Amino acid sequence: MFQVRIHGRGGQGVVTAAELLSIAAFREGRFAQAFPSFGSERTGAPVVAFCRLDDKEIRVREPIMQPDALIIQDPTLLHQVDVFAGLSPGAFILINTTRTFAELGLDDFVQKFRTCTVPATELALKHVGRPVPNAALLGGFASLTQRISLDSVAAAIREKFSGKVAEGNVAAAAAAFSHAQAD
Amino acid sequence: MLKQIEGSRAVAEAVALCRPEVICAYPISPQTHIVEALGGIVAGGELAPCEFINVESEFAAMSVAIGASAAGARAYTATASQGLLYMAEALFNASGLGLPIVMTVANRAIGAPINIWNDHTDAMSQRDCGWIQLFAENNQEALDLHILAFRLAEELSLPVMVCMDGFILTHAYERVDVPSQQQVDAYLPRFNPRQILDPAEPVSIGAMVGPEAFMEVRYLAHAKQMQALELIARWAQEFRSTFGRDAGGLVRAYRTEDADTVVVALGSVIGTAKDTIDELRRGGAKIGLLGISCFRPWPLQAIAEALTNAGRVVVIEKSLGVGVGGIVSANVRTALSRRTVPVYGVIAGLGGRPITKASLARVFAQAMADELDLTTFLDLDRALVDKVLLKEKELRRSGPLPENVLRELHGVSTR
Repeated sequence: MFQVRIHGRGGQGVVTAAELLSIAAFREGRFAQAFPSFGSERTGAPVVAFCRLDDKEIRVREPIMQPDALIIQDPTLLHQVDVFAGLSPGAFILINTTRTFAELGLDDFVQKFRTCTVPATELALKHVGRPVPNAALLGGFASLTQRISLDSVAAAIREKFSGKVAEGNVAAAAAAFSHAQAD
Repeated sequence: MLKQIEGSRAVAEAVALCRPEVICAYPISPQTHIVEALGGIVAGGELAPCEFINVESEFAAMSVAIGASAAGARAYTATASQGLLYMAEALFNASGLGLPIVMTVANRAIGAPINIWNDHTDAMSQRDCGWIQLFAENNQEALDLHILAFRLAEELSLPVMVCMDGFILTHAYERVDVPSQQQVDAYLPRFNPRQILDPAEPVSIGAMVGPEAFMEVRYLAHAKQMQALELIARWAQEFRSTFGRDAGGLVRAYRTEDADTVVVALGSVIGTAKDTIDELRRGGAKIGLLGISCFRPWPLQAIAEALTNAGRVVVIEKSLGVGVGGIVSANVRTALSRRTVPVYGVIAGLGGRPITKASLARVFAQAMADELDLTTFLDLDRALVDKVLLKEKELRRSGPLPENVLRELHGVSTR
């Protein structure tokens, strides 16, 4: 089983990101379970969502406490929430930021992890016209973890959204994928 | 057709496939996504004829469902938590009048203190109101149980509550197999009511019944539920032959063949418990699980039989009878009243507290060593409780309990 925890703020599409990831995995014939952390949802408040991927039926319903991959949609959470809780060496960390891990003061900390940064908010503004980094980050996630294809991410986005919103997010995901490949 | 969708959406699609003619909707978390999705399906013209009625309260939701059902329409509504309490009087009317309404309860805690998260207190508070109560283990079963529920309700002329864990299931995206309209039509015949309000042939429903006959009316309600036990088992088999998978039934056993210790549970915690049991089994423990699919009527005989070889029973339940202990545990004990078997009641997950594999493994190990109290609270913060109790002892005007607990936990005052 591969477990993903997504941290962000209300309004950034954290729950939608987990759902999109589960749809992408489903389209690849796998089992996936996405669920939110069920808080009272308010714009700007810290939000967590989870996604499990597996080749067999997923029965467990506990929150993900030891993720194999982390997606951090908002770097301001680094000083507010223990986003790295339960992370084992070798886990993936993807952060939405224009800065480097050194600039974030994390270069020592992230040595034992597999990491990547993506300017997902900027990519979303460019391609979608709104600061919603979730779909773009899934492009980065596809590149970093190789657990899902960019095509499946695009298909999931088109399943959940339509028209310009869908195509803008697909373009943002593709741009983030390329950025992560070059990273 | 296989789909990766939210549990609420899956239930809405299943309900729509059952062709309800009246849907009453009043929003309350975590049920809201279900009626929202149904509203969209009706507005899109995919479900017709169907009247989608926005009512002003849960009391109205159930009252409108009663009226619709009595007029011969297939009626559906959904609620949770305080909403279920608010319709309590109408719930007894629906069952007392024998009206086959189907309702989803997206299980949630009851206040005060207000809490929007999952436990089973809402459904358990209405366990004796005369409705059939089915509990879903996952979203596939939640979907399937609704199709089964309409069949069961209309055959017996009794209302059915389909209980699914709020948020944990309603808001989870997972794979579900949504049957075709043809399959559902083949399984669920057109509604043929036992009673109908028809202006052409006026009758009255809901007459006053005095001491000379009230007992008999209540007895018949009970007898009907007992009769339902047989039908529920039979229709689960029929469901299997139509849809090719298991859903519903009374109880379902998992790795109990040689089990000394049997865990009894209902709802979505069964999944986590099964994974925990697999891990304990790899270490050599003889432990299995009995999932309760049907809580009302209470399948006493089926449970007694399934637990025949159990040396001890551990009941995991998301509800608490304040002043008694576990509600499901008490029911399980009735099924074992001819035997001397310890039944450990474990209250877990109240108000949305996560039930983890680690905590379950620990409590199962304690049970297997017979080191559990007969009533245990999983992951209770005993130190926090003690601090609050100490303050109460010291101070006469100690204030409200919920706020005192929060103050001790966070070190902040709400004043």
